[in-house]
Amino acid sequence: MKTIDLSSASVRELNQALHDDVQDREWRVARPDGKHNLAVGINQSVSVEIEGHAGYYCAGMNQKASVTVHGNVGVGVAENMMSGSVRIKGSASQAAGATAHGGLLVIEGDAGARCGISMKGVDIVVGGSIGHMSCFMGQAGRLVVCGDAGDALGDSLYEVRIYVKGSVQSLGSDCVEKDMRAEHLEELKGLLDRAGFDEDPASFKRYGSARQLYNFKVDNASAY
Amino acid sequence: MCGIVGLYLKKPALESQLGKLFEPMLQAMTDRGPDSAGFAIYGDEVADGWIKLTLQAGETGYPWAALMGDMEARLGCSLDWFQNASAAVLKAHCSEESAREALVELAPDVRIMSAGQSIEILKGMGLPEEISQRFGLAGMKGSHIIGHTRMATESAVTMEGSHPFSTGADLCLVHNGSLSNHFRLRQELKREGITFETDNDTEVAAGYLTWRLRQGDTLAQALDGALEDLDGFFTFAIGTRNGFAVIRDPIACKPAVLAETDDYVAMASEYQALASLPGIDKARVWEPAPATLYVWERESA
Repeated sequence: MKTIDLSSASVRELNQALHDDVQDREWRVARPDGKHNLAVGINQSVSVEIEGHAGYYCAGMNQKASVTVHGNVGVGVAENMMSGSVRIKGSASQAAGATAHGGLLVIEGDAGARCGISMKGVDIVVGGSIGHMSCFMGQAGRLVVCGDAGDALGDSLYEVRIYVKGSVQSLGSDCVEKDMRAEHLEELKGLLDRAGFDEDPASFKRYGSARQLYNFKVDNASAY
Repeated sequence: MCGIVGLYLKKPALESQLGKLFEPMLQAMTDRGPDSAGFAIYGDEVADGWIKLTLQAGETGYPWAALMGDMEARLGCSLDWFQNASAAVLKAHCSEESAREALVELAPDVRIMSAGQSIEILKGMGLPEEISQRFGLAGMKGSHIIGHTRMATESAVTMEGSHPFSTGADLCLVHNGSLSNHFRLRQELKREGITFETDNDTEVAAGYLTWRLRQGDTLAQALDGALEDLDGFFTFAIGTRNGFAVIRDPIACKPAVLAETDDYVAMASEYQALASLPGIDKARVWEPAPATLYVWERESA
């Protein structure tokens, strides 16, 4: 295992080392101290353990790598992730998994506002609750919330499937509760298993797009 | 973009280290605000019946000793003072009103940064490191402190436009964000008798709180009003004589993180600013919810 201590090494050195043709498959990042942009843009199958709190955009643009943060993360964790997995042992600030295309993002604690905003194929599983405007304009992927969801969940939603166990403060425009069919229970069980959460899929509700905002309605022309 | 930091000590034994603990917090927010910085420190209280004012003069080498001599003669009361770089702290055994009147008469060019029994507001243009060295932050003692690093977006980079802003006796405000209705609100507050020295949007928020508190609102009521009446983005930290408060607007675009241990409560725009605090690895660390008031205060003296 290769260790990089950020009390002496720079963030640039860490990221460059992870972008180089690495021999070590296992990396440990000591003393992250809330620094931004840790382990971003990785494009190989390494595992990275970040031993403390991380700042903004941690593990952004991740491909193939498995990144675990033993602490909390700031804004935009795993933003635009393409593949691989990111696990946060603590909580995440706003815009977790924003615009991410693929891979799995697991947040064991809570996520702040705008979790999964404009997500494009990522799977996000949150052990706690999420903040307001989550999954805004979510296009593809699955969002699972074991706690509660804040205001305006799934506003202007496209095709993300959202599963929430707890309460939803309010649904955003064009987001509706939908039936939980057998295929959804199965899909949800798979996601919970992958995230390592022992929850009963039958205790969740499913939300999705009513598909009323997909096309401009000529009847609304006078509103513009 | 701006940076906010606050530190409130739960144990009086730590008060001698307040400045030393706080200096790296302020400097960690240099990236968020390199053009000006400031802080409001609470401690060294004057007795009831006394008033403590923090003054700043536009020029270096201002003849403070002469002014204080004139003030003593004009006020005819006991008076104590010391200079700190471009600022002076005046303690006088009189009302705030008479001290202000005397200053307007004797030194109209001197600005009153803060007034109260405990607060001292020290701020200026320059990197946070320069500001903390200028005023000797590392050696300061006190019970709590809030600070700000500024990257101006709405108005000029001046000492007057930097934070914290005084909002009344022993009260102050620092702000990360921008207000979009400050022009109209400023006109309304002027009609209510609030005066402004700058075009700064945060000064309007400070004036708003001053006005609400004058109407008899509690701090919590005034901040509830702010959520309704201020249009824009904000994370506020508010210093009070006995503690501090944090509130974010309902959209909560502007960051904030809180940490609490048995020894302290700390607040910052980013966790980086908290990383230097002792015991932070064991602290409870969380993000304050939108439109929710968080207050820590000691029992009133």
